Amino acid sequence: MRLIMRRVALYVITAIVAITINFFLPRLMPGNPALTVLGKAQSAESPQAIAALEEQYGVQTKTGTWGQYTQYWDHLLHGNLGTSLNAYPASVGSLIRAALPWTIGLVGTATVISFVLGTLLGVAAAWRRGSWLDNLLPAMTFFQAAPYFFVAILAVALFATKLGWFPPSQGYDTATLNPGFNWAFISNVLDHAVLPALTIVLASIAGWIIGMRNMMITTMDEDYVLLAEAKGLPRHRVIGYAARNALLPNVAGFSLAIGFIVSGALLTEIVFSYPGIGYLLLNSIGSDDYPVLQGIFVIITFAVLLANLLADFAYAFLDPRTRQEA
Amino acid sequence: MPRLLRSPKILTGLCLSVAFAILAVVGPYLAPYNPNANASTTVGIAQPPSAAHLLGTTQTQQDVLSQLLVGGRSTVLVSLVAGVVATALAVLFGVAAGYLGGRADDLLSMLANIFLVLPALPLLIVIFGLLGKGASPNDLLIGFIISVTGWAFGARQLRAQTLSMRARDFIESARIIGERSWRIMAFEILPNLVPVVATSFLFTVIYGVGTYTALAFLGVINLSHWSWGTMLYWAQNAQAAQDVHIQWWWFLPPGLAVGLFGTGLALLNFGIDEYVNPRLRAAGITGRQARRAGLPRHARLGLTPVLPAREPVLEAREAAR
Repeated sequence: MRLIMRRVALYVITAIVAITINFFLPRLMPGNPALTVLGKAQSAESPQAIAALEEQYGVQTKTGTWGQYTQYWDHLLHGNLGTSLNAYPASVGSLIRAALPWTIGLVGTATVISFVLGTLLGVAAAWRRGSWLDNLLPAMTFFQAAPYFFVAILAVALFATKLGWFPPSQGYDTATLNPGFNWAFISNVLDHAVLPALTIVLASIAGWIIGMRNMMITTMDEDYVLLAEAKGLPRHRVIGYAARNALLPNVAGFSLAIGFIVSGALLTEIVFSYPGIGYLLLNSIGSDDYPVLQGIFVIITFAVLLANLLADFAYAFLDPRTRQEA
Repeated sequence: MPRLLRSPKILTGLCLSVAFAILAVVGPYLAPYNPNANASTTVGIAQPPSAAHLLGTTQTQQDVLSQLLVGGRSTVLVSLVAGVVATALAVLFGVAAGYLGGRADDLLSMLANIFLVLPALPLLIVIFGLLGKGASPNDLLIGFIISVTGWAFGARQLRAQTLSMRARDFIESARIIGERSWRIMAFEILPNLVPVVATSFLFTVIYGVGTYTALAFLGVINLSHWSWGTMLYWAQNAQAAQDVHIQWWWFLPPGLAVGLFGTGLALLNFGIDEYVNPRLRAAGITGRQARRAGLPRHARLGLTPVLPAREPVLEAREAAR
């Protein structure tokens, strides 16, 4: 478990760094951005809103920077991410809590599909090197290189607007349905989720395929695979032996990918006006809602660190060597 | 390096990348219109391609082709700056961590790992958001800020390669002769890492294109500063893909441009990978050639023959005759 402990330590430090960056960024920016917002807010917002903002950005307080910093931590540990400027008096936490399930559902499903399917295709591509699968790689590279949201725009134009197979936007039919635990609502949500999820799968799958293919090719050169083939084991067993070991770096590479996938999914949501974190992000950018922007950064960092930790557990489970060390 | 150019991946990648580099230099001079100019103030619908506007117009009757040509410079410049700065940081941190070892290695590796798991795009959004949309956009500054989040992956790879090189005899002898650390790093180790540095550079340029386009698409970068991401922002803002008459001429060109530029760089990257590790290649034989030559259809197990690509093809062809 040494590996897990070291990773946990890294994630804790990363979280501290992220929060510290988040605290100091607005205070270090040229021409304190809080002042600009405050100037704008002075005319429109209530005195309470302005007081809350002043406290958050350390304007006109007698507390020193260190005092503000510890206070920031205190608030954060109590789940207080500040107050939204745009949707005052809603707290940042409540806005994020409303949006988060949508994003987690979408990204979670899409990532699992992409990982499983991509890994299987990667195995096939390595086993039949030089077949048509290899010729598909350049096309997939394009989808990998093209921005997620461009793939999403194409998907909307083709499958939603042109062919009308899927709804073009939103998380469910807001005009006719109320959220609830019934089949009408759930099927509607699923119907709205298919196209965004497909987009994320399409845009992220190439990485898994190529990674797995290249690892498989290296593993297939190992003597034990040759032995398995030589003693006449059925094809699928031989492939299984090779794939099991080739899978490890792909699981380890998950931590690199998850950040990209989450970012990509946020952009995909925007194209689909999907009611998740990405859409909240877009609205906060549009209205200079700094507290929400910064809250989203903290929450996404935590989510990504958590996903990393899960991947580490999976790695430790798959690779006995990491367990023996301790 | 003629053998390097024989790879179709490298050749295609090189052509695409060079084409985009040229576009970035000459593009703004070729633009037929001012990208901000409105051809008409009365029409409120995006117009499809015509003789006057080869790629049509936006909703406010701006010329899409001109925006594409002008926006290319900013997009390519930002990604190149991000790539150069991030690669420099990666070399500096990666080689130093790998060669120096000990405390310095622990510290630098920790720093790289933190930047690897820190979600880059949300952080950049906060930074650019706080900088303010109105702030005068400076491509060099944007590229520099993006590079801060893009160096860690390259640094980790370079560190691993440096570690494997540190114990080699020629490094040992350089140390015994009394060469200084920085000299060993710069003149003994670095030349051997050129392929890794090259792939790391290409990787960060791809990262730069994607990230800059995403930031502009989100609208955190000055919206009157033309880049391909800004074009996509306005197209999405006007719901060009959701409209009954899909305005493909508006969102297709900038998206394809970003995708093709990225594909070109990625192909170069694969080409270099295959050059360094020839086993990744399909050993130069396609499935059809192998079938005609009567070679076994499924995988070649055991050590893959690492011959120059031409010979097996010739053999396969001869056998097929």
